[in-house]
Amino acid sequence: MGLEIYNSTVQAAVNWARKFSLFQYPFVTACCGMEFMSTAAPKYDLARFGAEFPRFSPRQADLLVIVGTITERQAPALRRIYDQMCEPKWVIAFGVCASTGGFYQNYSTVPGADQIIPVDVYIPGCPPRPEQVLDALILLQERIQRGEGHSQITLRAEAGHHVPTAAIRPRDKVAVDQTLPLPSSTLPAAGK
Amino acid sequence: MAQIILDRLVDAFTAGEIEQIGSQHGNEWARVRRDAWARVCLFLRDDPTTDMKMASDLTAVDRFGREPRFDVVLHLYSVTKKHRVRLYAGVAEDDCNIESVVSIWPGMDWFEREAYDLYGVRFRGHPDLRRILMYPEFVGHPLRKDYPKEKRQPLVRRSGIPGSPE
Repeated sequence: MGLEIYNSTVQAAVNWARKFSLFQYPFVTACCGMEFMSTAAPKYDLARFGAEFPRFSPRQADLLVIVGTITERQAPALRRIYDQMCEPKWVIAFGVCASTGGFYQNYSTVPGADQIIPVDVYIPGCPPRPEQVLDALILLQERIQRGEGHSQITLRAEAGHHVPTAAIRPRDKVAVDQTLPLPSSTLPAAGK
Repeated sequence: MAQIILDRLVDAFTAGEIEQIGSQHGNEWARVRRDAWARVCLFLRDDPTTDMKMASDLTAVDRFGREPRFDVVLHLYSVTKKHRVRLYAGVAEDDCNIESVVSIWPGMDWFEREAYDLYGVRFRGHPDLRRILMYPEFVGHPLRKDYPKEKRQPLVRRSGIPGSPE
């Protein structure tokens, strides 16, 4: 009993430290990057939340910010970057393209980054307002404090702890080079 | 605007090689027989009257249901004469290739790769004809009218999400 209280207190302190020292890796692929820069710049000042320091190496980052459209061609690179990050790690999908594919409903665009990696917070908008981004960051901080990030839950479940969340999922296995069943093609008849 | 280009083409080539000429909204165009494509291009570049030293765009059009099915379209501009012309060449689906113009305008390298990638038109004599936008594993040519536009060919997916293999 005493050990559990000690553990949970230490966890709370650790999570408190984590949520105010997010090192972000901006995976910027499209126009949302402008809005991201605006959010990171002094006017909206991401630094207030301890997330001011972009690291351009996944090894040094613990927050992956997916900013912009993910194409099928980029998807393996995004997965690799996520795999290279040290645990625990968190992911924000910035804008509708990263969240759902946005208005790109076609052969080349991934319909949401969560098809590739688990996403903790989605930010709608095309592009989102900086205020929405700050709101998402605060949401993520609350999640981190509660220990409910995807990666935190997975780590605890793997360590054999009881995880009281319905959302536990086994660690992602990735289907590489595995083609999904494709919708039957609707070909127009030739010459008509 | 640039009727002189069409006049030069009609003078220098036979009626079979320049199949059709026209002018629309002040833009001149010519339809070239496929096997005269590179010769016409070289002529337009080197003839002092036309002097088309710059190729600004090359692409293809899928005119599904028509024979020949594809058009290769080339936009030319003369920096000295400040005139433009647009060239078409029909390419059939079962013999889907045309001469490359990379040796005439080196800048057409990536344009021809793009047309090959998205329409499947092969450019004979291109130094490095491979896909430029899609990945090598991609099957088919996505801007063809008979490619279903939402048919994705994923390289990587998580397991356990709706629509995934498991």
